[in-house]
Amino acid sequence: MLLEFQSVTKSFHDADGAIPVLRGVSFELRAGETLALTGESGSGKSTLMHIAAGLDAPDGGAVRVAGHDLTAMNDAALAAFRRTEVALVFQQFNLIPSLTVGANIALQAALAGADDPARQEMLVARLGLTEHVHKFPEALSGGQQQRVAIARALAAKPKLLLADEPTGNLDEATADQVLEQMLALVAQTGAALMVVTHSPTVAARMDRVLHLRGGLLA
Amino acid sequence: MMRACLGALVSHWRRNPVQLFAYLAGLALATALWSGVQAINSEARNSYDAAAATLSEGQYDQLVARSGGAIPLATYVALRRSGWMVSPMIEAEVRGVRLIGVDPLTTPVSFGVGDTGAAPELDHLFANAATARRLAGVAPVTVQETVGPNMAIGDIGLVQRLSGAAGLTRLFVLPDQPVTRPALQDVAPGLALQPSGQQADIGQLTDSFHLNLTAFGLLSFAVGLFIVHSTIGLAFEQRRGMIRTLRSIGVPLRGLVVLITAEMLFLALVGAALGVVLGYVIAALLLPDVAATLRGLYGAEVSGTLQLRAEWWLSGLALALLGTAAALAGRIWQVARMPVLASARPRAWVMATAARFRVQSAGAVALLAVAGVLFAVGDGLLAAFALLGCLLIGAALALPALAAMVLSGLQHRARGPVAMWFWADTRQQLPGLSLALMALLLAVSANIGVSTMVSSFRLTFVAFLDQRLAPELFVRVGSKNESAALRQLLDARGLEVLPLMSTSTRVAGQPVQVYGIEVGPTYRENWAFVDAGADMWDRVQAGAAAVVNEQLARRANLWVGDRVTLSPDLALPIAGVVGDYGNPLGQVVVAAPVYATLYPDDYPGQFGIRTSTPDALRRAIMDSVGLPDSAIIDQAEIKALSLGVFERTFTVTAVLNVLTLGVAGFAILMSLLTLADLRVPQLAPVWALGLTRRTLGRLELARAVALAGIVFVCALPLGLALAWVLLSRVNVAAFGWQLPMFLFPADYGWLGAYALVAAALAAAWPAWRLMRTPPARLLKVFAHER
Amino acid sequence: MNVRALALLLCLWPLTLAAQGFSGLGSQAGDAFANPVCGTVLTFPRDHGPHPDYRIEWWYLTANLRGADGTDYGLQWTLFRSALRPGEDTGWASPQIWFGHAAITTPDRHFATERFARGGIGQAGVTADPFDAWIDEWHLSGTDFDRLDLVAQGPDFAYDMALTAQGPLVFHGDNGFSVKSEQGQASYYYSQPFYRIEGTLTLPHGDVAVTGTAWLDREWSSQPLSEDQSGWDWFSLSFDDGTKMMGFQLRQTDGSAFGSGTWIEADGTTHAFADEAMTATPLATSAVAGREIPTRWRVTLPERGVDVTVEALNTQAWMGLTVPYWEGPVRISGSHGGVGYLEMTGYE
Repeated sequence: MLLEFQSVTKSFHDADGAIPVLRGVSFELRAGETLALTGESGSGKSTLMHIAAGLDAPDGGAVRVAGHDLTAMNDAALAAFRRTEVALVFQQFNLIPSLTVGANIALQAALAGADDPARQEMLVARLGLTEHVHKFPEALSGGQQQRVAIARALAAKPKLLLADEPTGNLDEATADQVLEQMLALVAQTGAALMVVTHSPTVAARMDRVLHLRGGLLA
Repeated sequence: MMRACLGALVSHWRRNPVQLFAYLAGLALATALWSGVQAINSEARNSYDAAAATLSEGQYDQLVARSGGAIPLATYVALRRSGWMVSPMIEAEVRGVRLIGVDPLTTPVSFGVGDTGAAPELDHLFANAATARRLAGVAPVTVQETVGPNMAIGDIGLVQRLSGAAGLTRLFVLPDQPVTRPALQDVAPGLALQPSGQQADIGQLTDSFHLNLTAFGLLSFAVGLFIVHSTIGLAFEQRRGMIRTLRSIGVPLRGLVVLITAEMLFLALVGAALGVVLGYVIAALLLPDVAATLRGLYGAEVSGTLQLRAEWWLSGLALALLGTAAALAGRIWQVARMPVLASARPRAWVMATAARFRVQSAGAVALLAVAGVLFAVGDGLLAAFALLGCLLIGAALALPALAAMVLSGLQHRARGPVAMWFWADTRQQLPGLSLALMALLLAVSANIGVSTMVSSFRLTFVAFLDQRLAPELFVRVGSKNESAALRQLLDARGLEVLPLMSTSTRVAGQPVQVYGIEVGPTYRENWAFVDAGADMWDRVQAGAAAVVNEQLARRANLWVGDRVTLSPDLALPIAGVVGDYGNPLGQVVVAAPVYATLYPDDYPGQFGIRTSTPDALRRAIMDSVGLPDSAIIDQAEIKALSLGVFERTFTVTAVLNVLTLGVAGFAILMSLLTLADLRVPQLAPVWALGLTRRTLGRLELARAVALAGIVFVCALPLGLALAWVLLSRVNVAAFGWQLPMFLFPADYGWLGAYALVAAALAAAWPAWRLMRTPPARLLKVFAHER
Repeated sequence: MNVRALALLLCLWPLTLAAQGFSGLGSQAGDAFANPVCGTVLTFPRDHGPHPDYRIEWWYLTANLRGADGTDYGLQWTLFRSALRPGEDTGWASPQIWFGHAAITTPDRHFATERFARGGIGQAGVTADPFDAWIDEWHLSGTDFDRLDLVAQGPDFAYDMALTAQGPLVFHGDNGFSVKSEQGQASYYYSQPFYRIEGTLTLPHGDVAVTGTAWLDREWSSQPLSEDQSGWDWFSLSFDDGTKMMGFQLRQTDGSAFGSGTWIEADGTTHAFADEAMTATPLATSAVAGREIPTRWRVTLPERGVDVTVEALNTQAWMGLTVPYWEGPVRISGSHGGVGYLEMTGYE
């Protein structure tokens, strides 16, 4: 099992006390499988994804990804985990503004210890980015930026690709195109994909859909 | 409504206390160093003015005894009775206080004494409170704070009684003289006229020192204003949204502008007021050392206690407000031109990139070109300072573009993804940090420049002292008889004696001191020349040539081979130009026989003596010639005294170095802190990619150190250029001597280390804050609703 | 306030007309100073010399002169002595302070200058026999009081004169005891009004040889004025017929005046006249140094048939010195013709 959540709980704290976000979530994801996570705003789906990526820690329960028990790992181990095992695509602010497209893609691969220029070239070509390799992110359109984010994510050969509203900022046609290319590449690399989304259209393209409501899986 | 608007505007500071602190602290620091330095300067100037007002020493021609001794009272009366309008003065020292006695009826100079309301007494001294305490029991003292430090004024009769002075010290020649009067030599052949310009003007002598201080003050002020400028910029950018909202709900633009201006200026006033208080503290701490330096170097008395004078605290406040207003004006202009519906998103003012660098670089090139022209053709003090200004500002403006190039190069050479990102990201931070980096550049290069100058001066001066202070003992005699007796004693012992005769006069329109010497091995072996002809000492010894010092050579443009006219009948060729760092006046040195034909009545008043047994000789001189102990000074004593003066100067310079560096470090800290919020979206993706916050924090620290390193590399040549201009241009224009420039690599190394440490310290807190940033805050960057 | 002004306040100089009118002179003299006593016989040459036990004293010479071209001139030479305390001491410790004033008046210019000196060091002083009064290079001196040389100079003028007495000394008041107020303040006061004078005036445009008459006043006291007197008008008039008169009025703060004077026959016989015998009434004033000063007077002395107009040769004869006053030559017309000198103090 690539990803395993067992009774995961998480609360946020503010002036009024604890606000439970996840109240005991359990699910699994196999290698090569694609999964959509849907829910209302504030239902905890982004939090769930951040926990799966090792960016945030659960209050209770167990999280295993590719054989790692995330709840038992320290900051440095989690950083190493992020470098090698998972890759992230966000709605925005994916790219490092001071590096070119090519450098952005190479950076993650190099961090993961998987610097494979041929693979990067392939990804760039597949995503139609060849002419933009030497540009800075600010010179690209939103759709192009998300394609760079996907290329960068997959360049590191992650076992798990996590995407948080990857097409949320894009118009429908562009979103469709980007999603198509992402699914094709995921399939080709054999990674598992978990997508957090509002969009029924996006959810419908996944193997499986989980719906979060009130901190629980429906 | 305005109240509500103000509330909204002020809320920004409540939410961003660090910015408020940066704003206030920047202004406070700028004002503190500026007003502190100004306070010291004004205290010194007031002390000189008080002394000058009490004596107007340089203002009147004076008559002094040719022999250097006292003027008999009968000579004074004879002069008056022949129609010479002169006024007597007695100078004496009692308990270390300089007592000055004048005849209130005839003196041309005032006490500098305000109306006491009560009838003063002629048997009272006048002095400031500190001096009055020291004179307790000597005589009744009327306290007058306007009297110069460490001096007391009184009626000539009183001072004579207190000091037991036998005659008069000198006579002031009054400006109004009657229709006819006899020639001076017919009435008082023993007196010599010293024209007013000839007495050393303390103000002129000490100008360089104050210039030094002022330069530091201005520099710190500029650095402080950098802080203020960037803080104001950030505050405006961050409040664009608020301003837009306020305007869209109907607040008139004019009202908003007035409110913002009032708010910022009020805060500026608070900051500046804090600065003045801080400046007072700095000045009070430094003043004793400054006073000691000025006393030691120039004999200028400066009060050791600081007074709150409007001239410096007001100038500090005014400059701070002006600086703020200047920084504010541009921003207000932007607000005024901003459409109501402009984007509320903080425009990346810190990201303003290539365009701004291009403008800055163009400015830098223009200024450096002007500096080049000034270097080539500039002449005089003003040109020298303009050269300094162009050089410093030009270099500062060039810094960001230069640093960008360096960083770009480093990025290309970088191995590994993190290194590459590190350099690229560092380059991206440049616009936001450029003001702080310029501040650091100015601080470091000024430190290099000023300390190179001071240290070069010290080395030269020490060498000069070694030349000039070769004799082991120096003796001053008071009369012709003593002079002859001493000579006899010394000749009988077969010692090498360097008798010295000197007279103040004018040569080539310049006030000079003419010296008569007996050329001996000590002169031949020790004197170092700027320029010298062949057989120089032989020709001087033969009375066929003269030596002039560099000051006279430069001022009168008289060099080796030119003739110097010493009297209507005597013009000697110049055989050598000697480096002279001990005084600002011109000097002409001739052989004793030549001197004797010029001034037949004079006798050697000073003797340098080469001896291997100075202590024994000192006792012998005291016993057989009857000279007081105070008339004999040994070499070590003088050297220690002179070097002690320099140590004091160093203390002051070192403290100012530390302070300016500290302010520059503070500028970096404030820039980093105000940038911290903008950094989060830049760092979050890198963190998400798998760098720990700790690593990111360490990299932030390394970034500041790397930037400081680049700045230091740029500052080194700039500082050396600065030192060169100070030594070779400013000194020549101001004092008439050029100093050789020495390099002090070890000092620069330490300075570089300090600069890096300052940058690291400045970056430490922001980096620590970054390490402690909760992941949730980083995650927010990626959240859907921003 | 500068030193000089301080010193002057200290010195209680007779012409100090500042703040409290004759402040210095009006205040009570310390008991230490001697006071004039009626009936004292003045003896000479001793009394030509200084009287250091008295607070103030002066040697006051004025002269009416005429050049070869008929131009009228006036000349003044005054040596004042003022004591901080009675008696004399040597060197700087001397309590005596000396002031010299010198002036030349031409019809359109007025030159004035002053000198200051400490007593005790020889810079200024007076000896009676031979007579020598000096301050700096200025001096009024001769083997005896009847033949004197007079020298003074300033930055823009100088004079060098010879004086010869043509008549005897004259004594004012009661044989030289001159009463100055109804309260009895008094001074010793005598004059030599019969000098012939000749010599050279050095003026900016050149030297001028002049001849004329001179009048020397000698006066000393410790407290000549009462506290309610604010200034004086003093006339010395030499009539064409050889008679002379000295008259003064001391103006009171209440507007009244105390007057006194001496009528001098051509042979030197004197007749003191009492208060109210002489009248002096301003006829016209001139703007001088920012104030209005009477420069044309009607002077009457009915008991001698005098009713004359006294008019300044130069209305601008202002002594703009440390302590300022008006002093200048006058022309006389009316019942008598002649020349004289007018001194006015206390006009604000």
